[in-house]
Amino acid sequence: MFWVEVGKTTRRLRTWFFAAGLAALAVLPVVVLIRDHSPGGGPPFYQMIRHNGLFAALTAVALLQPFFLPLGAALLSGESIAGEASGGTLRYLLARPSGRRRLVAVKYGGVMAELAAALFWVMALGLIAGAAAFGLGSLPTLSGASISTGAGVLRVLGAALYVEAGIASVVAIGVFLSTLTDSGPGATVATVAIAIASQVLDGLNSFRVIHPYLPTHGWLAWADLFRSPVAWDAVTRGLVVDAAYTVIFLGAALVRFSRKDVAS
Amino acid sequence: MLGLIFPTEGEVSILDQPVFGFEGMGAPALHRVGALIEEPAFWTYLSGRRNLEYFTRAAGSRQERETRLGRIDEVLSTVGLQDAAGKRVKAYSQGMRQRLGIAQALLGRPDLLVLDEPTNGLDPQGMREIRLLLRRLADDGTTIFVSSHLLFEVEAMCDRVGVLAQGRLVADGPPGSLRAAADTFRVEVDDRARAAGLLSTMAGVTVSEDGETPGSIRVQVATPASSASINQALVSAGIAVSALVPERESLEDVFLSLVEGADAVR
Repeated sequence: MFWVEVGKTTRRLRTWFFAAGLAALAVLPVVVLIRDHSPGGGPPFYQMIRHNGLFAALTAVALLQPFFLPLGAALLSGESIAGEASGGTLRYLLARPSGRRRLVAVKYGGVMAELAAALFWVMALGLIAGAAAFGLGSLPTLSGASISTGAGVLRVLGAALYVEAGIASVVAIGVFLSTLTDSGPGATVATVAIAIASQVLDGLNSFRVIHPYLPTHGWLAWADLFRSPVAWDAVTRGLVVDAAYTVIFLGAALVRFSRKDVAS
Repeated sequence: MLGLIFPTEGEVSILDQPVFGFEGMGAPALHRVGALIEEPAFWTYLSGRRNLEYFTRAAGSRQERETRLGRIDEVLSTVGLQDAAGKRVKAYSQGMRQRLGIAQALLGRPDLLVLDEPTNGLDPQGMREIRLLLRRLADDGTTIFVSSHLLFEVEAMCDRVGVLAQGRLVADGPPGSLRAAADTFRVEVDDRARAAGLLSTMAGVTVSEDGETPGSIRVQVATPASSASINQALVSAGIAVSALVPERESLEDVFLSLVEGADAVR
């Protein structure tokens, strides 16, 4: 059934519009940097693209993570169950029969796979653009020392995995909200609101106490992977928070959907 | 019955297997059930064929899926959609979606078909085709459970009819049992006065006095008379009989009286 979800996504026109938009986002930093001669400023790792095109992949991810990724995650997860409900297909899927818990799990997996594909797409295009414009060489790290391109690629993949883990909590929240309503957009908006609220609170000093427990708090910790030696503390803490939110909300979705009357 | 809405109490079983309690992977009995629930529903951005394909792949063992996928062409031509199967469902008319919904219900060669208004949205020819199809399937051994508000269709198609009112079964039996056997006839004759006179002398025949329409008499017939005997009597007396029509309660009246009866009990 998982491949059915993938198939459905690839056959939608909007998927390809999003892909085009993401492609533009991925190569934009490189294109701008080619003509930009002012030192300093710009998104994370932007200035370092000059030294090694690999960093363009990271800049693309950094551009994606704060807003577009949560938005996409909220869209896909919010409509995961509620979209089928409002379209009427949910009752036919369940009557097929597709077990309720299985359906939730497959929908969650499907959304995570789609987001991973989006991340990979953005990074690959960024890397290609960066390598084409600035070449690949050894990677200077944030702490000064250099690492080989091969090790660099490994860390970039690690960063991607960390970002994916970070969005897993938003997807879990979105899928849970999707089981509560028949309105895909409703669940999407609520999920986006939660993600944004988390980021806003994370930026306010008066809420310092709850910062470590907010789902978005550790999202940028992947930058630590580019120190030499790698600083694992923040990354580990972030993964624990991600796991907690995912388990709690996905669990809630499974339980809730197991008992829900499906009348739509 | 299909595991969508949980009962407040009691159990539901289909084909001798329970329907609830399988929230993980889905009730096994449902693999042998084909259903049309309220309205057909599809992913409108996909073609008809792909919709069938994806619904098939959504569950079931590999073998079951392969079997069903192999039947897609067959069911599409059974419902008459073989030419339109490649078009997006967005472009389908209501009748086409209805046909696709029936195709989807038939895909697994189910032992039980649960159909909600199966001829909804179809033109008269389509309605007839579906009725014949269902009759054929029933004769081949499929159990078919149809919910319909078209009483004439129910009477024409079904072996057994049930009427639900306020959640209670107020009638249950062969369609003929719903209505009393006709005992009232309308006779159209060329000479009303003479016919009325003759009929009132026959044993068991009561001529109705209401609504005198020229050329038409309403009579109630009881033993020893019968419609044949009054026909014979009139013709032998030289009165031309142009029509002899049984007047029965309309199905609608039957239905309403059953339902209102249930209301009254409450």
